[in-house]
Amino acid sequence: MTALLEMAGVRAGYGGGDVLLGVDLRVEEGSLTCIVGPNGAGKSTVLRVISGLLKPVAGTVSFRGESIAGRSPRAILARGIVQVPQERSLFPTMTVWENVRLGGYSVRDRRLVEQRLEAASRTFPIVAERRHERAASLSGGQQKIVEFARAMMLDPALLILDEPSMGLDPKTRSLVFDTIRDMNRAGRTLLLVEQNARSGLGIASHGVVMESGRVRLEGGGPEVLNNPEIGRLYLGATA
Amino acid sequence: MADEDANRRGRADAVNLLQIEGLSKRFGGVVAVDDCSLSVPQGAITGLIGPNGSGKTTVFNLVTGFLPCDQGRLTFKSKPIDGLSPDRIYALGIGRTFQLARIFPRLTAIENMLVPMRRQGLRSLFSRADWSHERDRAMEMLEFLEIAHVAGTLGGALSYGQRKLLELGAVLMSEPELMLLDEPAGGVNPALLERIGDRIRKLNARGITFLLVEHNIGFVMNLCTEVVVLHRGRAIASGRPDAVRQDPAVLDAYLGA
Repeated sequence: MTALLEMAGVRAGYGGGDVLLGVDLRVEEGSLTCIVGPNGAGKSTVLRVISGLLKPVAGTVSFRGESIAGRSPRAILARGIVQVPQERSLFPTMTVWENVRLGGYSVRDRRLVEQRLEAASRTFPIVAERRHERAASLSGGQQKIVEFARAMMLDPALLILDEPSMGLDPKTRSLVFDTIRDMNRAGRTLLLVEQNARSGLGIASHGVVMESGRVRLEGGGPEVLNNPEIGRLYLGATA
Repeated sequence: MADEDANRRGRADAVNLLQIEGLSKRFGGVVAVDDCSLSVPQGAITGLIGPNGSGKTTVFNLVTGFLPCDQGRLTFKSKPIDGLSPDRIYALGIGRTFQLARIFPRLTAIENMLVPMRRQGLRSLFSRADWSHERDRAMEMLEFLEIAHVAGTLGGALSYGQRKLLELGAVLMSEPELMLLDEPAGGVNPALLERIGDRIRKLNARGITFLLVEHNIGFVMNLCTEVVVLHRGRAIASGRPDAVRQDPAVLDAYLGA
């Protein structure tokens, strides 16, 4: 069976040597795949390669069986791969509604845009509740959920979330993770990179642990979380 | 066994060069450092690790006087240093490097090295124009760090790794007793990483005590004689690298709650 997204032997870096040293990764259709790993493992670099922001020096990246390595970010977006960045990215002085609508900027069919806006406001109640408020007036967690809603305006085939829990308090974090799980249950394929391994792997159907530029451990999310090997990967081998 | 005992006794007797007691710092509603206590034994290479946001850099900023502490005591060589300005703390013998090397881009490497030198006593009165002694010392240090070949290059034209080494060298020119290194391994390639580790070891053998913040756990576990783990602004574990690595609380902190 072909995976929705497949990386094989990917090497990539930023000039000072490769950060990814041969990454193999499969994201199955309908899965919630979560990548965790210590700082510097290469998690964000994997996302940059998938989105076309960084060209791999070796290896293959294919989406629905077609090679996308080295294609422009715009071409990759057009194939339905949408990424929500780590940092806050809403336009702070625009309203929640305007922000979400902007997610459909590249959709020509205006009726479709309206339909998706309606769908987004049903899926993410905050969008309807706070539609006329400026994005900056929302809490960090609420803003994150509005960013999800905005990304959904493109009806992505693969939605990528880069560290959605960053800077959130534990209560808000669980709200954000519940939202992520709900999106997946509704059929969306998700690829998540997460610093908080416990939260991320806890909801993941497929868990991946990266370390030093390679995938070192994978399996079911909770299963990976409970694998003693993860300790070695985070804290180094005992001498 | 006997060795181990001697070792342990040695450790118990070791003088704490820096002592942090009950240190706290809030930024608005965020408690960055929360009743944190830890000590840096003289002659040790102590690693300060912990997940993102655990308060490591804030501890550095408090120790070096870049930020005032809300509560707690900082003692260096048995004297209180809390409340002192960064330059006073620096003059007492605590040097630091930053996550992103801070050098003077419009000065050459060798000029960068001369800036932090303290000239004291009669020498500074009578030999204002003669920097040859300092220059020799600076060149020796550049050679030690293997960047002597760029002595005449402007700081701004140096590579990332060269800047990191230059910053380290420049701070060392003030002859600190305690060096705080903020992510010495950050963004550094494996070959340079090895060189930095090796130089830290050699400087340590010459008597400089180190406290370093680092995300590269492998680097810390190899280099450091002591490791302290911060989580949510508190020291939750400390000891020899192997003991710390096997502490379940440490892994818990890293995997998130």
